[in-house]
Amino acid sequence: MKVPYSWMAEYCDPGLDPEDLAEKMAMTGTEVERVLRTGPEDTTNFVIGLVTGAEPHPDADRLSVCRVDTGDGVRTIVCGAPNVAAGQTVVAALPGARMPDGTRIREAELRGVASEGMICSESELGLGAESDGILVLEDGIAVPGSPAADAVGLDEVVLELEVTPNRTDCFSIYGVAREAHAITGADLGSPPWADGEIDRGGAAAGVISVTVEDPDLCPRFTARAFTGVKVGPSPGWLRSRLAAAGQRAINNVVDITNYVMLLTGQPLHAFDLDLVPGGALSVRPATQGERVTTLDGVERELDDGMLLVCDRDGPAAIAGVMGGTAAEVSDETTSVLLEAATWNGPDILKTSRELNLRSEASARFEKQLHPALAGRAQVVASQLLVELCGATAVDGMVDVAAELPDPEPIRLRAGRVERILGMEIDRDDQVESLVRLGFAVEADGEDLLVTVPPDRYFDVTREIDLVEEVGRIHDLDRLLPATLPAGSGRVGGLSRQQSLQRRAEDSLREAGLDEIVGWSFTDPGENPKLRLAVPDPRALPVSLSNPLSEDQSVMRTILLGSLLGAAQRNLSRGADRVALFESGRVYLPAAGVGPGPLGGAFPGIRRPPANEPHHLAALVCGPLDPPSWADSSPPDDFFALKGVLERLGSGLGMNVQVGPGDQPFLHPGRSGLVLVDDREIGWIGEVHPAVASQWDLGSCLAFEIALADLLAASPLGRETYSDFTPFPHVDRDLAVVVGERLSAAEISAAVDSAGGDLLVDTKIFDVYRGEGIGADEKSVALRLRFRAPDRTLDDAQVDPVLADVLAALESLGGRLRG
Amino acid sequence: MIERIEEIEVEAVADVGAADSTAALEEARVRYLGRKGELTSILRGIAEIEPSRLGAVGAAANHTRKTIEALIDERLEALEAAELEASLVEDRIDVTLPGSPARAVGHLHPITRTRRLIEDVMIGLGYQVMEGPEIEHDFYNFTALNHPEDHPARMLQDTFYVDVSGPVEVEGEGPRDVLLRTHTSPMQVRAMEAEPPPIFMIVPGKTYRRDSDATHSPMFHQVEGLAVGEGITLADLKGTLLAMLREIFGPDRQIRMRPHFFPFTEPSVEFDVSCFRCDGTGNLPDGARCGLCKGIGWIELGGAGMVDPNVFGFVSESGYDPDSVTGFAFGFGIERIAMLRHGVGDLRLFFDNDVRLLEQFS
Repeated sequence: MKVPYSWMAEYCDPGLDPEDLAEKMAMTGTEVERVLRTGPEDTTNFVIGLVTGAEPHPDADRLSVCRVDTGDGVRTIVCGAPNVAAGQTVVAALPGARMPDGTRIREAELRGVASEGMICSESELGLGAESDGILVLEDGIAVPGSPAADAVGLDEVVLELEVTPNRTDCFSIYGVAREAHAITGADLGSPPWADGEIDRGGAAAGVISVTVEDPDLCPRFTARAFTGVKVGPSPGWLRSRLAAAGQRAINNVVDITNYVMLLTGQPLHAFDLDLVPGGALSVRPATQGERVTTLDGVERELDDGMLLVCDRDGPAAIAGVMGGTAAEVSDETTSVLLEAATWNGPDILKTSRELNLRSEASARFEKQLHPALAGRAQVVASQLLVELCGATAVDGMVDVAAELPDPEPIRLRAGRVERILGMEIDRDDQVESLVRLGFAVEADGEDLLVTVPPDRYFDVTREIDLVEEVGRIHDLDRLLPATLPAGSGRVGGLSRQQSLQRRAEDSLREAGLDEIVGWSFTDPGENPKLRLAVPDPRALPVSLSNPLSEDQSVMRTILLGSLLGAAQRNLSRGADRVALFESGRVYLPAAGVGPGPLGGAFPGIRRPPANEPHHLAALVCGPLDPPSWADSSPPDDFFALKGVLERLGSGLGMNVQVGPGDQPFLHPGRSGLVLVDDREIGWIGEVHPAVASQWDLGSCLAFEIALADLLAASPLGRETYSDFTPFPHVDRDLAVVVGERLSAAEISAAVDSAGGDLLVDTKIFDVYRGEGIGADEKSVALRLRFRAPDRTLDDAQVDPVLADVLAALESLGGRLRG
Repeated sequence: MIERIEEIEVEAVADVGAADSTAALEEARVRYLGRKGELTSILRGIAEIEPSRLGAVGAAANHTRKTIEALIDERLEALEAAELEASLVEDRIDVTLPGSPARAVGHLHPITRTRRLIEDVMIGLGYQVMEGPEIEHDFYNFTALNHPEDHPARMLQDTFYVDVSGPVEVEGEGPRDVLLRTHTSPMQVRAMEAEPPPIFMIVPGKTYRRDSDATHSPMFHQVEGLAVGEGITLADLKGTLLAMLREIFGPDRQIRMRPHFFPFTEPSVEFDVSCFRCDGTGNLPDGARCGLCKGIGWIELGGAGMVDPNVFGFVSESGYDPDSVTGFAFGFGIERIAMLRHGVGDLRLFFDNDVRLLEQFS
């Protein structure tokens, strides 16, 4: 909302610098985006001129040589405007004047004729968009030579307000004036509609008829008739106010409707009454495909149900949004039907959104206006039509209105303001603030009974709203103390899961991985690229009805895609290697909500619509550690990443195992399932080359695990001490030749179960293939550690156990390496 | 004889002192204390000396021997230390080569770091950290937060809706029921449904709006705060935010609260922190306009207010009666804090995940 300061000051002049007022408004709830100054910065050398003669330039078709009385004499000014003519009162910029665009006016010779200044257009003066011709002022507005600023408002200051959607009253000059009054205490003049009332019915009812099909969509429709209307340009003061408020001047009738809208907040529409057959209007919903050409010259196709104002021949306006060309006011118009109606806000918003057509009118209507405003606007507009267009108002007004109940007074309980704000405000001060804001206040014992004016009817409906009004006027920023909540019942902290999550993330970071934050939405083509297919639940993502783009139209079901994308981008930008991880959610069908918040179960009565388990995933392309002079080829194989996974587990106090298992997107020979306590919690492996190549990647390794499952198995913080023995251990090394397919896990399991209580640890410390070992075989070197809690072991006790272990390995096809 | 012994001692002192290596010292030792040394000879031949002088000569010879031995030991220690030093100096490495040992440490994303910072500050103020669903019911995201049925935010232009008619099982009651939460505020209602007052919690997490440019991302992160109990006031909100902002932006920061409008709080405010670059003056020491706050002295951070009684109305069964409890709520963007603290100019950089950005945040 653009508020020309001088216009507001006509009703309330706070006597403050515009910047200071802007600051006060910002601190009471109405943000001032900026303070604009129209016109030239320095208005000296801009004077009123009277054109006494205008002759064509002898050597230039488009130029005129004008004689202009500028008070100090008559000057010659060469002018390029087509509309310049003798007798006009104009704004002349004399040599030395600086135009708003920075140009300095000098005496100059134009095609051989000396010119001593410039006759200005609106746009040259920075007042408006009109640049087709010079600004022509009313005759006799001021004497030649007098400062133009006094007559034209050259130095207008405009407050550009960012009005919150609840404050429909501040979408009007008078509403802003009342706000200025409330926050500064400066006097407020009576409203422009104060001394006028228009009777319902009367002669107007004989000229106009209105039917409204659905009063819910059109709570009030008022219409007046005017005859003897002389359409022409508006006077300069009106044009410059409209320009300062950001409205283009069109003709006096249309300008008046815009002017009154800006002043009162109620949009109006003027029809050429002669073009409305029988003066009959009806308000009805459109039928599907119905067409109307709006005032912006666009033919629009309407959807079923969009509300229209129609005459007998068809749509005359899209209700509350924009008028149609059918009954448009033009230079030939002599009688006018003036509409001021109240529409259903949400309905207007819907229509305007669906048509992608927003107007000053719809912006106001969509926030819901009170029907009382329509009557006010008729009063103000009628006066102006009579004054400025020579119109005669037909007596009375057609007024189709559903009565709104009078608002019940709201009780503001004693002490309530202090209880909410934490700051005491004197009762008298509370009353004064509310009265200034336009509320009617009455004491009832210690309480106040407050009646809300129409301007705030939909905004202020409860006691708490009154507390807000009182508070915001009372310099909250400076007077409100800064305290902390008193009382007990507060223990801050992370949950166990949350702190373990941090530990897990830190573990990956410390393992050398960089954390990324990937998009939750992805391309529906990603899952096929990962070779995920039904019935894998990850193949069917939750999809959006209204995505911004196709490549962000479904929710991810796996973190791997985000990591592959980030790796691809980084490598294409010149990174030598990447080691990344992500800690974030995936989105799966509603069934199978996991444990705790990190598993997808959340507090609240209604179950979440989908399942959102938190995953932890890593991707490494190239060596995990960057190569250095000491190690030019650090490990980049499966076991490098598995080490990271094991470290993650041990950081949480547990063993993470990897067992056999496939994923469609992993190398079938180099992948496995991640297990904790024999429970499957994720996968690890080399990304399938066919998948990696989809992201332009070579060999890379990844894992992904469900964080809740991992954390649930962590004993961290719950460990119990067990006594350790003072007796020494005995280590025995064993090399066995086994079949290539026998896994380390199978070997370890066999050894552990044969080793009995004395065997406390088994480690594989070497795997050898080659000379002396069969083609389908490998030699595995084991170190077994034996210990007894109550004695020192000797060979006699260890040897039999070792024999059992060997027997177990032999049963798996192994033999002692010679 | 005694004179000779004294002479030997003088010579030995000179020779030991002159020995400049352990080898030269060894030579001297052999010369004076060795089996063929003069002193040894004297001591060996002591039996031939006449008995009256025996005691004096023996004592002198032994004394001299001990003196020389001590001298040699002392010298040996000095020479060995010097020789060790010399050999260590020779045994040098190029210490300017880059270190090789440990695995490189990776980096947490700046959003994670910033989120943890905020969490830790609020934990210190007595708050719990909670998580809520990102795919949410309209009821929690809008209805129970006092958004009218036709609130503009509910329009398709602003909010991502989830397709509930697809093959995926999504629990929803109609085409506009399930959405990507547009703020972390739905957890206000979920948390109050689950727990009676008092409640002090924050909710960090991802949020979504249909908007994309340098300052808007369709996915971003917010932190929600909620404090409800007896006697909680707007002044408590101010003190809480001030304490939090001082932890994040420095102890000299001030807070400014500007009245505003949100459907689910009343009164509502927007809150600003005094600019930490220009100390709230709007100007830098050299007189230039501060670019961070654009010369205003304040930086806009988020929205807040007192929980609207209508919101309590939705959780009255859990013990939230607006006549007995009051509360405040606040929300702000994590990216915004990270951008301010680390000078990142474009929001989209956070989701591009370029390691050249990530590696700047250890």
